[in-house]
This record gives sequence, C-alpha cells and structure tokens, in this order.
Amino acid sequence: MSASSRWYQLLLALFSLNAGTAVADYALNMTQGVTRTSQAVYDLHMIIFWICVAIGIVVFGVMIYAMFRHRKSRGVKAAQFHESTTMELVWTLIPIIILVSMAIPATRVLLAMEDTSDADMTIKVTGIQWKWKYDYVDTEAEGLSVVSSLHPDHNEARQLGADADLTVFGDTYLLDVDNPLVVPTGKKIRFLLTAADVIHSWWVPDLGWKKDAIPGFINESWTIIDQPGVYRGQCAELCGRDHAFMPVVVVAKEPAEYAAWVAEQKQAAVDIANSADRVWTKAELMAKGEAVYQTNCAACHQPNGQGLPPVFPALAGSAMATAEDPAAHIDIVLNGKAGSAMTAYRDILNDVDLAAVITYERNAWGNQASIVQPADIKATR
Amino acid sequence: MTGHKTTFFKIALISVAMFGFGYLLVPLYDVFCEITGLNGKTGQIDATQATAVYQPDLTRTITVQFIANHNAAMPWEFAPAVNRLQVHPGKLYTTHYIAQNQTGNDMTAQAVPSVAPTAASRYFDKTECFCFSQQHLKAGARKQMPLQFVIDPKIPDRIQTVTLAYSLFDVTQPAN
Amino acid sequence: MSTATADHHGPARGLMRWVTTTNHKDIGSLYLLFALIMFLIGGAMAMVIRAELFQPGLQLVDPQFFNSMTTVHALLMIFGAVMPAFTGLANWLIPMQIGAPDMALPRLNNFSFWLLPFAFTMLLSTFFMNGGGPASGWTLYPPLSLQMDAGFPFMIFAIHLAGISSIMGSINVIVTILNMRAPGMTLMKMPLFVWTWLITAYLLIATMPVLAGAVTMLLTDKFAGTSFFSAAGGGDPVMYQHIFWFFGHPEVYILILPAFGIVSAILPTFARKPLFGYSSMVYATASIAFLSFIVWAHHMFTVGMPVVGELFFMYATMMIAVPTGVKVFNWISTMWRGSMTFETPMLFAVGFIIMFTIGGFSGLMLSIAPADFQYHDTYFVVAHFHYVLVTGAIYSIMAAVYYWLPKWTGHMYDERLGKLHFWISTISVNVLFFPQHFLGLAGMPRRIPDYSVQFADWNMISSLGGFVFGLSQLMFVWIIFKAIRGGRKATDQVWEGAQGLEWTLSSPPPYHSFNQPPTVR
Repeated sequence: MSASSRWYQLLLALFSLNAGTAVADYALNMTQGVTRTSQAVYDLHMIIFWICVAIGIVVFGVMIYAMFRHRKSRGVKAAQFHESTTMELVWTLIPIIILVSMAIPATRVLLAMEDTSDADMTIKVTGIQWKWKYDYVDTEAEGLSVVSSLHPDHNEARQLGADADLTVFGDTYLLDVDNPLVVPTGKKIRFLLTAADVIHSWWVPDLGWKKDAIPGFINESWTIIDQPGVYRGQCAELCGRDHAFMPVVVVAKEPAEYAAWVAEQKQAAVDIANSADRVWTKAELMAKGEAVYQTNCAACHQPNGQGLPPVFPALAGSAMATAEDPAAHIDIVLNGKAGSAMTAYRDILNDVDLAAVITYERNAWGNQASIVQPADIKATR
Repeated sequence: MTGHKTTFFKIALISVAMFGFGYLLVPLYDVFCEITGLNGKTGQIDATQATAVYQPDLTRTITVQFIANHNAAMPWEFAPAVNRLQVHPGKLYTTHYIAQNQTGNDMTAQAVPSVAPTAASRYFDKTECFCFSQQHLKAGARKQMPLQFVIDPKIPDRIQTVTLAYSLFDVTQPAN
Repeated sequence: MSTATADHHGPARGLMRWVTTTNHKDIGSLYLLFALIMFLIGGAMAMVIRAELFQPGLQLVDPQFFNSMTTVHALLMIFGAVMPAFTGLANWLIPMQIGAPDMALPRLNNFSFWLLPFAFTMLLSTFFMNGGGPASGWTLYPPLSLQMDAGFPFMIFAIHLAGISSIMGSINVIVTILNMRAPGMTLMKMPLFVWTWLITAYLLIATMPVLAGAVTMLLTDKFAGTSFFSAAGGGDPVMYQHIFWFFGHPEVYILILPAFGIVSAILPTFARKPLFGYSSMVYATASIAFLSFIVWAHHMFTVGMPVVGELFFMYATMMIAVPTGVKVFNWISTMWRGSMTFETPMLFAVGFIIMFTIGGFSGLMLSIAPADFQYHDTYFVVAHFHYVLVTGAIYSIMAAVYYWLPKWTGHMYDERLGKLHFWISTISVNVLFFPQHFLGLAGMPRRIPDYSVQFADWNMISSLGGFVFGLSQLMFVWIIFKAIRGGRKATDQVWEGAQGLEWTLSSPPPYHSFNQPPTVR
C-alpha cells in the first residue's frame, strides 16, 4: 500500500459530498459495543463529552470575546478590578453541582460493572508473553483450553521491513488470531484474568471494558453478549517486545452453534491424543512444525532461526538443536528456561505440536538432526 | 547563615522521612489488603477454633471453584483434585491439589493464593494450606497437597460462588 | 547573607566559570540550556516514534527499540526537560522576584545542577549495553521492568541522581523563599510564580524520595533477592503501582504548578490589569497540591481494586476540577476588560489556557472510572497528557522564555519570528495531538509500534503534525540564539504593563541581583 494513495483517499473522504459515510469509515468515537455495559459506558462518555463541550463553549466564548473587544488597539482603557467574592463563589459552586450530576450515573454504571454474581459460566484468561490462553473451567466446555496467538499470516506481514500488502487483511491487520475464544450469546460469562509472566490487560472495546491480568493474582469481570459476531481487541498493557502483537478475538455464537463447537473441540482433543500414539513421517512433522514455529517461536528466534543474540539465541546451527540426543532440546521447550524469556510450552502445545516444532527446529535452516515423535514427548511428560 | 542551615536540615529531614515513608507503604499496603481482602489475603485460623466459633449454616450452599495457574517457567504438573465443591458456610472442608515435578531436578515451589470476588476473601478462612510454606519435590516426585477451609457464615448473601486460585512459582535456589 | 556578595565581583572567565559557578543566573542558564538539549534529544526520539507510526507495518525499528523510544522519550522529557527548565526559571527568577541577591545555598545549587548531566549520560548509555535501553514504559512496572538486561542498575542510578538533584534544588528554593525575601515582602505579596514554586518544592520533597524508594525496591528485587513486587515471595506487582503513583500523581502537578505561576505573571502584564483573585489563586494551588496526594489510583482503575476504592478515587479526582476551574476562571477575568496586546509571551499564555483546558476536559472524562475502563492505556490518554504537558507545561516554559529573555539578555528577541514560531507550533501541535483522541476512542492502544489499517489515516496526519512541530522548535533555538547575540536593546521595564521587582533591575540584571534589599510596599 503506498502512502500517497491512502493520503489521497483520506482527502477524498474528508472533502467529498457524502461525508456521512466517510465519517463511518474513519472512526472518531468510542464504539457503542454489543453489550448493555458497553452501551452504558458509551452513554456515560457522551454525557460527559457534551457537558465538557458546553462548558468549553461558554468559557472559550467569553475569553475569545474579551480577546477581540478588550484590546489596546481598540483604545480600551484597562479596568482595575481584581476581586469579586460573589463571582468566585459562583464559579466554585457551579462546577461542584455539575460534578455531582456526573458522579451519580457514573457510580451506577460502575457498581453494575463490578457485579460478577449469578454467572452462567466461567472462563479463565491467562496472559503470556505474547499470547492469550483461555481455559473453560465449568459447564459442558469444562476442560477445554484454547491458546490464541497472532494469526501466522499477520505474523509474517508484521516482520520488520516486510514488504507486505496490508490491504488484504482489511480492518483486521494484527487483530486476527489462529484460535479465537468462542463463547455463547445471551449467557453471563465471568472471566477470571491472570498472567504467567508480566502484567497484561485484556481488552475488547465492543464489550466495554479492559481488565489487567496480573501474575500471581486473579481479577474478575463479566459480560453478556447478545449479538452473535466476531469482536476484536488487543492487549492494552505494555508487556514487552511484542505487546502490539497479541490480539484478542472473541467469537460469539448462538447457544446451539456454540454447543456444536464445544463438541467438535472435544472430539479434536481426543483425535490429537490418538494421533500422538501413531508414528509420524518426517515430512508431516516438518510441515506441521513450521506452522507451529511461525506462531510460537518466530517472534524471538526469528523466522530464519537466527534469533536476536544475545537475548534470543540462534537455533540454526545451535549445539542443542543439532545434538544427536534430543533430550535437552525437548526439556527446554517443554519446561522453559528459568530466568529467561523462554516459556514452558508444556501447557501451551500438545504432544503432536511439540514433536513437530522440535523436529522442525532440528531440521530447518541447514540443521540436520534426529526427528522427534509425539510418543517421545508423551513419554517425557 | 544559621537560619539557612536550620531550614535546610528541617527540609532535608522531611525528604529522608519520605524515603522511609516509601518503605512504610509496604506494610501499610498489607494492612489495606487484609481489610479489603485484596490479593487473596484470606483469614487463617486453626481447626479446633473454627469448629468452635462457627455454627454451620445448612440452609445456604456456596460453590467454591478451585483453579491452578502456572507461572511461565514452572514446569510442574499442578491441578486441583476436584474442580469445585458445594459447601455450607461454617462447616470445615478438606480437599487437595496435586503436584508433580516432571523435571530431572529437585525443585522448590511456592503457591500464591488469590480469591475472587475480592469481597469473599475476608470470609474465607483456611485452617491448613500448602501455600503456608514452600513445597519441595524431588525429581519426578508427586505429592497431594492438602487444603482445609471454612467459610464464615457472615458472608454476604449475594456471593454464591467463590473462586480460589493458586499460582505456582518456581523458587528453587540456583545451584552453586 | 552570603559572604561572597559583599565585594562586588563579576563572573570568572572561560569554561571553568560554568563548572564552578555558584551564581543563580549562571546556574539558571545552565539548567535552561540542559533542558533545551534534553528537549531536543527527547524530541528526536518522538520523531522516531512518529516516523514508525507514519504507516501501518514495521518499517524502521525493531519493536523492542520502539518501546525504548517511548520509555526514554518520557523519562527525558519529564526529568530532563520540563523539571530542569522549571528549576532554571526558578534560579533566574526567584531571587529577582523576592528581592534577594542570590539563592540561599549557592554551592548546593552548583552541585544539584552538575548531577544532571551525569544522570542522563548514564541513562542514555544503557542504549549501548546488552539488551538495550529501558523499554518498560517510564513507569517501570514490574515484572516487565525487571526483564531489562545489563542497563537496569544504570537506569535506576540515573533516576536516583536526577531525584537527588531535584530534591536539593527544591530545598534551595524553599530556603531561599522562606529566608531571603526583601523586607515587606510578606508571603501573600509574593508573585504567583514564587508561590507556585514554593508549593511545587514541597511536593518534590514529599514525593521524589518515595520514587527513590520504589526504584530501590526494584533494584533489590532484581539483585538482592527481596520480593517486594514478586508474588512468589509474598509481594505484589500492583503494590509498585500504588507506590509509584503516590509519587507519580503529585509529579504531574510538579510539572504544571510552576506553569500556573508563569501564566499568572504574563496575563496581567499584557492585559495591563492586576491579576484577578490573587489569594484564591494561592489557595487553589494549595488545594490542588493537597488533592494530588489522594487521587493516585485513578492511574490504575483497571488493576482490579475493590469497588469502594474505585469510587473514592473517582470522586477525589473529579474534585480537582474545582480548584483548576477557579484558576481558569480567574485568568479569564484577568483578561476581561483589560487593554490587551498579543506579543509572543501573551500568545503562548493564551494558547496555554485554551489547550490546557482541553487537556483538563479529557482529564475529567478520564476520571470517570467506568469510562476509563475503555480509555485506559489508549491514545486517548496519550492525547490527554500531551495536551497538558506539551501545550501546558512546555508552552508555559516557552512563554516564560519569551517573556523574560529581554530581561536576561538585555536584547529584545525577534518578535516577528516569535509569533511565527507560536503559530506554526500551535497549528502543528493540534494536528499532532488532536487526532490521537480519535485514535484512542476508536480502540488504538498506546505503546505499540504497529497497528491495524483502520488507524492509518489519523496516524499519518498525527505524524505529519509531529514532524512540523518538531522542526519548528529549531526556530525557537534560533530565536534564543539570536537574542543572546544581539538585537534591539531592551529597557529595564521591557513590557509596558510589567509589574514586579525583577523589572526594576537593569536589563541584563547585575551579576548579583539585589545587593541592597529593595523596599516592598
């Protein structure tokens, strides 16, 4: 996408006759969202915005009037008053009244937002540098777990200096994931938020709030989504190098469709467990491994395996990735490395993914070492 | 000149005191957390006391959810034995979490509790918990870690679900 | 009184004059020069940020380096540019405005300035260390800030040094104001710039040590095995945020109260009319300072506080609008029925009032906790604090420089260029920051190097505004340089409507301001 063409488009939009549609394209305001909470927050935002505009018109109006009328060049002689207790009382009391009238609706909305009782289901959200993990802790989806990372296509396009055409992504560039969080509509969903390393913040503007995910502690929040749809957001708390690249995607489905999705996911989990028992070919492992690598490892170790030394070591040609015995390699991927950015992937990837990615790392970029089978991982666990 | 000196030392003293105040905020924050129940600062009492003090309220049932979290580089298997219990306030319950150290090294862990909603933690009293001390596991070892608790019958009616989460941190001292 | 003032001597010659000087004007100039250099370096970092954000996609810098840019840009602008600039103005002006020969503690004054170059050299040197510069945001939230590599202790020590410097500078200001006023200069006769600085100095004394404590805890958490902020050892990362913002919110007022004083000096001069409501201005400043200690947690509405806490901090924060409103209304009443002219200082002061008030409005919106759940950590916040800090604090500093430059140098600056500087800056700064409100509301988080394409257009406009604003500051440097070198001779009074002791001195003033205390009626 060329800079000049977008610039031109914008000028066109700003000055064209159908400005109404143009404004819709270039969002200027907070979203009204898709929940009662987000609507309430939007209404609150607009009330206070208009109060500020009204005050601004009065205050700046008086000031600008004075600036034009009370000029030396118009021959005005300066008055010498410098006090008026009445006026000072008036402009202390009026703001207080305005503030109280703002505080009342704000308090009402806040109390409603913090009431997590009577939830229909609970989902645990864990922020990890730089992905989200969702665990369904109750209802029929209990035990399901989704790890949600930036979509591989976007991940490729966002590499430094990548000459990618971002327009193919429409309005979802950097806002798409490999596995979204799927939730039912019309249910009160309680979220438990936590983090595994640093502080993250889980934010979907359409739901009307963000909440910090803090390592060691759990926060809670809730939502009821009435409209089926795909709702996008991002991590909002600076969490390190790839803070910009951990989107949140929530897919809200009608209860029946949601139930079908849950059943499908449970079947898929069983299938993976079964496929972990069979012997995989090297080609299968390499193909799967490359995809897993791009999603989970490429951010630090780089797509070409060169890493970003000294912080993120190269894998191409590394002693560990080319050693005949893969035990050390399996161990570091499975268990992470304490005191470094290397996370334990034990709970993030399944046996097949782990075997595939380790095999890929051992046989890509000129590395030539043994392959690893899902069964090997299972045995090591 | 002496006037300057006196003023100087007075103000310098304020700034030194404020440095101390920064550190004083640490215990103050703990007190604040205890009062509000922030950060899962639950009550801790012993079992005989608990049965003596509380009258079980069999008319009320509260769901207690158990959650296990791992800190990033924590490779242990760690999970609650049951995911939830239906409990009556005032009655003593025992459950446990299961931990297994699957690495080839001896390790030490610390579990950090957290309660949601925050308002519930004041009414959540533990009589026994693996989070009270560090947990050591030899390479490959597995352990059932007990947890005994009672919920204060004074817990507000609107709280029907209490979530108790533990985050497991690796606190193994690096070998010399 | 200092013994050195008895025999009337001029400055020493050569470079050593600046190293060993204990003169309040020399040190004031050093502070201002240092602030200008930091402003330009910090500004260059902002240019890197805006260049990367010019288009979606990663074109220029690695995300980690981008994070370093946002972090160090903030640290330089706050601790390196705005605070030293205000201290420089305090050094130049306070003795002249209260009728004193010099600051009370001249040697301490020299020391507190010379700590700064070392502090910031150390901070910038972390860019050349393993792992690069600090990249966790200027707030240094753990655990993220603890992931910093080799540069970490250097960054902490740099903050310590800068903190010690500003604490000593504040002590000097307080001792000077309390002990060295000319006979008859009662507290309630002091110019508002002196008043606001007195209150600012107390805020600094009360909060910089708390910041020092917080970063020391970070240091021991990383190296000495303490766990103030690590849950594993019984600590809590959120506690850092509480301690930090206990410093951080008063710090925000440290950055703006002297600005109030400057505007309160400039408006009456160019309206040729006394300041409206002097005593209520003093009380408003004091109540803002007091309130600043009980609102800190509005920076952290999303961390999951008990709802009672959220309500308390929301109400307390909203209350700040009252004394701030009083100030704005008083300024407008000062202008009302005056006989106004619009020289460059007045333009910047009027620009300050309008744009600072816009920042105040967005601040009021941010104080509403439920709405803050949407605004928090978005570009809406970025727009808010740049309105109050760039078109607030920095505009007031520029106004002050134009206002007092003829007094300091003895030469009038180039009025035509000054006005041009104002208009280019004001147009570009609004092109730069106003669209950021839209970006934030539309859902763009702050501190990201790459963004979705629907944010592209406003980012491009914002960047264009940024480049113009950045470049136009070179004009400011040129205007100052020109006025120092020469120009039309300034009278002692300089401005027709100027009131106050500094205008009774010659332009430029004598090396020691008042050897004989003036009489204040």
